[in-house]
Formats: sequence, C-alpha cells, structure tokens
Amino acid sequence: MMEVMQPPTLASSWLMYWHLLFLVTHVLGIACFAYIVTRRLVPLARAERDFRFNQPFVRLRRVLRFWLGQWRHPRYRTAGIIHLLIFASFILLVIRAFSLLCFRIGDNFAMAGFSGSAGHTYDIITDYAATIVFLCMGVAIIRRVVFKPARYAVPAKYGRDHTADAIFLLALIALLMTADSLFAASTAAGRLARNEPFEGLAFLSLPWILQRTLLSTSLATLWNLRLGAYFVHQLTFYFLLCYRPFGIQFHVETSLFTVFFAKLNRGTVKPVRWGIDDERLAQVKSLGVKKFEDFTWKHMLDFYSCADCGRCSDNCPANAVGRPLSPRFISIKARDYCFQHYPMLGRANNGTPLIGGIYSEDEIWSCTTCGACEEECPLLVEYIDKIVDLRRGMVDDGNVPQSLQKPLKALESRGNPYGKVEKKKADWTKAQDFQTTCKVNIVDGSKVADTLYFVDSVTSFDDRMQSIGRATARILDHVGENFGILGAAERDSGHEVRRFGEETLFMALRDHNAEAIKASGVQRIVTADPHAYNALKHDYRDIPPVEHISQVIAREVKTGKITFNPLENGSVYTYHDPCYLGRHNQVYNDPRAVLDAIPGLKRVEMSRSRDRSFCCGGGGLMLFYEPKEEQRMGVKRVQMAAEAGANVIVTACPFCMANIEDAIKVAGLEGKMTAIDLAELADQQIAREIPKETAVHGG
Amino acid sequence: MEILVCVRRVPDTSENEIELNTAANDIEREDLVYSINEWDNYAVEEALQIVGRVGGNVTVVTVGGEDDEEVLRRQMAMGATHGVLLSDEAFSGSDGRGIATILKGFVQKGHYDLILTGVQAEDGGAQVGGMLAAMLDYPFASLVNSIEVLPGKLKISREIEGGNREMNEIDLPCVLSIQTGINEPRYVGMRGIRQVASIPIPTLGVAELGIDASCVGESAAKVKRVDYFVPAMGKGAEMLEGSREENIERLVDLVTAKGGLK
Repeated sequence: MMEVMQPPTLASSWLMYWHLLFLVTHVLGIACFAYIVTRRLVPLARAERDFRFNQPFVRLRRVLRFWLGQWRHPRYRTAGIIHLLIFASFILLVIRAFSLLCFRIGDNFAMAGFSGSAGHTYDIITDYAATIVFLCMGVAIIRRVVFKPARYAVPAKYGRDHTADAIFLLALIALLMTADSLFAASTAAGRLARNEPFEGLAFLSLPWILQRTLLSTSLATLWNLRLGAYFVHQLTFYFLLCYRPFGIQFHVETSLFTVFFAKLNRGTVKPVRWGIDDERLAQVKSLGVKKFEDFTWKHMLDFYSCADCGRCSDNCPANAVGRPLSPRFISIKARDYCFQHYPMLGRANNGTPLIGGIYSEDEIWSCTTCGACEEECPLLVEYIDKIVDLRRGMVDDGNVPQSLQKPLKALESRGNPYGKVEKKKADWTKAQDFQTTCKVNIVDGSKVADTLYFVDSVTSFDDRMQSIGRATARILDHVGENFGILGAAERDSGHEVRRFGEETLFMALRDHNAEAIKASGVQRIVTADPHAYNALKHDYRDIPPVEHISQVIAREVKTGKITFNPLENGSVYTYHDPCYLGRHNQVYNDPRAVLDAIPGLKRVEMSRSRDRSFCCGGGGLMLFYEPKEEQRMGVKRVQMAAEAGANVIVTACPFCMANIEDAIKVAGLEGKMTAIDLAELADQQIAREIPKETAVHGG
Repeated sequence: MEILVCVRRVPDTSENEIELNTAANDIEREDLVYSINEWDNYAVEEALQIVGRVGGNVTVVTVGGEDDEEVLRRQMAMGATHGVLLSDEAFSGSDGRGIATILKGFVQKGHYDLILTGVQAEDGGAQVGGMLAAMLDYPFASLVNSIEVLPGKLKISREIEGGNREMNEIDLPCVLSIQTGINEPRYVGMRGIRQVASIPIPTLGVAELGIDASCVGESAAKVKRVDYFVPAMGKGAEMLEGSREENIERLVDLVTAKGGLK
C-alpha cells in the first residue's frame, strides 16, 4: 500500500535526474540573473552622484501610492486596468512562484505552499490570479495586434517596431501562467485519482478548467505532466527573469526602486552636480551631461525602468506638433546606448558624446519643460532634469542655437532677453490713464512696501503684456496692498535661463535679484508670471514667500474684499492652465474659483485641462527659439478651446498670452476667439465704487 | 597654422538705444553696453574651426584701452589661445590707416600664416583689413564666406552681390575679411569668461611695437569725423507712430496698397 502512496516514479532512478535537472536550472537561473544584474549595475556605479535618500517615509508613501497602488495607471483606462490586474495578480502570485520554485518536488502530490484553510484560500486566490494574468495577456496581445494604439508605434527614425518583442514577452507570461496552472491541475487531478484529501480548485479558473480535462488521465501521465509543467514553469520563469533586463520588462524588477528614489520636489531643477555648491561649481571642469556616464545613477535607473508605454510622448506637446522630440525615445535611446556600450561580456566601451550620437541638438532644445511627460509616467520617470542637464552640457561646449545667443547675451549685459535699457524697466507704469489712477512705487530704499510685485521681463517690456502688469497693480491697489516694484533693480528671474542650461548666468541673475529683494525689506512677493513664480518659489533661497496673483485674487474674493460686476456678454470662457502654475505648482483651483466668482460668467473645460493641460508653446527663451515643427503648439491649443465651445481663453501667464494670441491669428480664428489674462479679466470686472476707465480686452 | 584675428569692441546695436549726444558729435555713450563686433566674432569662430581641423593657434588682438580687454577675454573663452591688447596714449584718435599701422607693427613681431578681420565694424568703415594687407604686402580677399586649407594656400569663396559666390585660391600668408554667416559662432557665457580671467593679456604700446608715434594717433589721422547726425526724413519716407497693433495694421495696408501683398 505504501508503494501506491509513493509517487509512481520515486523509486525509479531517473527521478534523481529530474531533481538534478531542477536543481541545476535553479542554480543556473539565479546565477545568470545575478550576473546580469551586476553587469547592469556597472554604469550606475560609474554615474554621477544623486541624492535620493532623504525623506524615506515620504518616499515609502509614494511607493505605496504609485507602485503598489498603481495610482497613475487608470489615467489610460483600458491599458491601466489591464496593468492593474496583472500587477495585483503578480503580487499575489509571487509567493506561489517562490514556493513552487523552492519547495522540493516529489513529496507526493503535495500542494506547494501553505497548509490549512489560509493556504486553501490563498490557493483559490492565486488560481484566479493566474487566470486573470492569462486572460490579460490575451487581451494585451489582441490590443497590440488588432487595435494597435498609436502610442506604441515606433516612428521610422527611432528604429524598428517593438510589437514583436512585446508579444514575445506577453506570450511567455501566458506560458508561465499555463504551466503554473497545469501544475496545480495535475496535482489536484493526481490527488483526486488517488482519493487523497483534496481541496477543490477555484471554480472556473484556469487550473480548474485544466483539471476537468485531466479527469480520465492515468496517474503516470499525470505525474509526468506535473513534472513537465514544473519544468516548463521553471524554465520560463528563469528565462523571463534573465531576459527582462534586456528590454522593457526590466521595470518588473526596477520599478520599485525608481518610484522610491523618484524626485520629490516639483518645479525644481536638479543642481548641476549633487554635493557641489554654487561657489565650487566654477572649478568643475565640465558642466552638464555630455556622455552617458554624466547622467546620475537615478537617471540611468529611469532608463532601465521605462516600460515603453508611450504615455509621455502621447502627452508631449513637442511630439504632438512634430518637433523632433519624443520623451519615450529619450529613455529608449539611452537604454539602447547603455546596453550596447556596457555589454554582458567584455569591457565597457564608454565615453562617446550623446549629442550628435543618440540625441540631436534640436531634439534637446525642443522641450518646453511643460512637465506633461512626467505628470503622466506611471513610474515617475524624470525628463526635465535630464533635458536641462543635456542642455547644460551643450551650453558648456558653446553649442547654443544662434537664435538663443542674442537673448542670452542681452540677459548677461542688460538683465533681460530683449536688450532693453534697465532704466526703462518701470516704463509700463507710466501709461497715461494708469499713472493717474494707480501709483506704483519703486522700492529702492527711499520707499518701503510690505509686498513686492515682481514683474519680470516680458511684462515689463512687451507692449501687450504691460497691460497684465497694470491690471495686477490695480488689483493689488484695490485690495489695499502696500506694494511696490524693484524697477531698474529687477533683472529677469532667470527661470528659462536655468532651464535652458545656462546655470552660471542664472546664478548671476538670481543673486542679483535675491539681494535686491532682501534689501527692499518686503514681507512677501506677488507675481503674475508663473515662470517668475516658479523661479522665486523653487530656484531662489532665503527670500520672502511668493504668491501668484490668481491666489491673491481667490483669497480676496473669499474675504469679500473683491466682488465682481456681472458679466453679460454671452461669451463662453475656458481656462488654460499655464504649465508653471498648474502642473509644476498645483495651482488649479484658485484661477477657476476666481472665474466662477464672476456672476454670469459661463465657463467650460477643455478636454485637456488641469494636470493634462497642453503647453501653449513655452515661455521665456522658448519665444526666441526657432523649432522645427509642423504646427504651433498654440494653434493646437486654440483649436482645443474651440472644440470645447469656448470663445474666450483665459490664461494666467504672459507667455501663454503671447503664444495664444499669436495662435488665434495663425489658426484664422480672429474675431471668433479672444484671449485674456485672469488678472486683466478680474481687474475689468472688479466692482469698484468709482467707475474706472480701462481698456477692455476679450469678452 | 598660426592665425591672428583683429577684433574690435563696439556698442551693441541690439542692446542699446543709440542716440546722439547733445553736442551732436558722437553718440550718447552713457548706459551703453558693448560687445564684440559681430563680423569679428565670425572671424574668430572661423579661425578656431581652422585650427580645429589643421592644428595651430589663434591669437586675438585689438587696439584700444583697458575696457577693450573684455572682448579679448570673451574671444579667449571661445578658444583663442592668446589675447593681446595694443594700447598707448599715442594711439588715441587714430583713423583707419593709423589702426592698420599699429596692427602692422604687431603682425611683424610674430609669425602669422593667416590674418583675419571682420568685413567691417558696426561703427567703422571696412577699411582696416585692406590697408593692413597692403602695408604688409600680403594678398587680400574681402567678404570671405568659406575657407578651405590647401598646402601653402587657401581656397576661399567670396560673397558677390546678389548672393552669388566667387571661388578663389589665395597664397599664404594673407589677410581675409570675414563675412557674417560663414559659420555659426559658438556661445560664450559668463562661466567661460571667468575660466580665462586669470590668463594674462599683454599690453603693447609704441615702444614694444616699434612704431613711429608720429604715424599714428590723432595728429597723423587724415580722416577726421566732422559731424554725426540722424539723416532727415527723405522724400517718400513715412514714420508710423502709434501702438504696435496699429503700426502693424497700417504697415500691412501700405504694403498691400503698393502691391506687395495680394
């Protein structure tokens, strides 16, 4: 009787060979994986430093949210849900996979893993998990083959299509699930055939279905099937494990680390070199990223983690208008470079320049740093810091487009990109009808103020944008703010200077402004320019707190200091989120609250709004850059507003205004569409005791 | 190849509002920002690209005062190996011929295979390059917009009116005046300038150059500026005055009326 209870082949000598085979496969699989991962870590060890170990609890929370919680995946509904199901199932299956691999096979038809009712519940869950993964693989393959979402396409200039590779991996996972289920099914069938105690498989799960088909199978065949399933599972498992680090599936291993080490501070730009302060920067021989090893280890980890899902590029405005930039391929090309130059066997062949090698100059200058890619990436892969680092490298080599050299030179000598004379910085306050109604003091030591209105270059010097400056001043005046401006002492905030890679010039502008601000003795700063706002808030240190004018208006609407006259013009308004107010600083609600506080204002949302807002074309130096593009971003944006049924675009940024007003003309929507700044609209609608004559825009 | 580039510091026309001074004999120089003369910047870039291909050194030289060191630093930050300032009380007020004489003195102190100047200075008369070549008895080509180095000579193209090009071969050593657009000059930022801040720039005067002081400076100048004025509006000219929007609208109307836009 004991013989019967024994597995039928236990006595036979070839079971020994099976065991040996399993053992060898285990050892080889693990050794291979360890070797591959070690080789993959080589470039990370040669990379630049990166400081990512602060705030561990914040990082853990983000792991829970973005990694375990898959927070960003459902932003793409179908793919997101599929991924969520696969991810959750994988997490559930991990224990079973390990127990399958670790537990010695051959101890009867024993179920690997837990025992008791907890074990049984777990088995039921994993039966379903394996089934879900199997089905999801099917759906994913069908999506890839039949529906072919555009974001997976690989434009010819970026190399061959990735579909075959994706399907191969999906099929392997399906095979893994089949083998796993077949093992469970043959185990169950075997126990059933021998009348051993057996807890049923999950109803209608893949193992359950397979077990049904095995009911009349002989015990010997079942035993062989079981061994076979085990071996196929084992082989597939290790093959996947060792194959993943060669492609997009490596994110299975690396994503946890990428999310944990992800950048925490929105709106900031990484320092040129971690651990090297501004004073010592002058002694650094080479700035920025010029060769692959100049990237930080975290940025290299990003390259490994990119899952090639294409969401970044799908949301990238530069990509949308045909500029030679696709964030997805910033990662993919760098990864390909890394794999090629750090081979599994042999010495690393490193040090070749990236610009002109895998990246083109235009590609790197095409980015408006709008942040749409980073907002979308489920793995929190960073792009802006890499782009800025690559630009720093180009600037350091003198490799700057001619169109940007003049404004940069003007910023150096005049403190503004237009080369305007400093003493004319406050000329916008001298408009005739404005000067008499609203006094704007220059805080230069003789005059003191509580609040500084930081105007910045475009609002100071551009004829059209000066109106935003005057509206802002009138609003501050209306709420009784004791405010002033720096006048000639104010230089450009340097926001784009920094993001275009000219760190040294940025530091000079920042230091000059910071000193002037501190000398002015103001308690707080207000600006109507989100780029200045972002710079003052994130790039400057030790200066008073800064607010955007939309935040001031929203607050004063709440306190009742600001009330609006009703708007009865039949127009439909839509709000365009400026990148540096919205995505980079999360100010989405205040501007909308202001609009909604204007009685009679009809407001609609564009399909792309809030954190999916579509960049107008970029601010600051981007206005000087001459990109290669098929269409203007602004034109696309204006068309989106038209689609939403709006005929007035409200924005809260002078650069958005410049781009959108131009785009309205280019799109041939003049007369049908207008643009107005939130400050201008608020100023125009504020209920004042004394009627005031102002230019009325929009509406 | 040893290349000398003669450069000049000029008020930057894109970053200044040029106005006449009250005496109307010069422009208002208070509040002006200066930069390298644009053509000279292209000349330095071209020199750097040539030594990048065939090896050698680039020396930049200017005639002026202490303030002019700034442009030498900037060109050294671009990659020029040496910068030399030619400065002397006796030089002040020199006309084009005087400047050429000073430069000739400097050229003869060294061994240069190629001397480049800009086609003209923004506040100059496009005369120094040609005069320098004549004084040195070197061949000269003006308006050069491409250079190819051949053994002992150069193959150059010159810009001809109407956008045409003329190809020439010219023996070395020679003097060329460089046209804008010959290349795309590299960017120089503050950091680059700081990195060359400690490199000494020798200052040479009459004695060091071995020039007869009576041949240079104001007393020797045979061209003298007698007036400086903004031309009176000519017949048919019209200044548009108003806001930018109005001006644009008016301009479009005018161009359309003249048949320039259909």
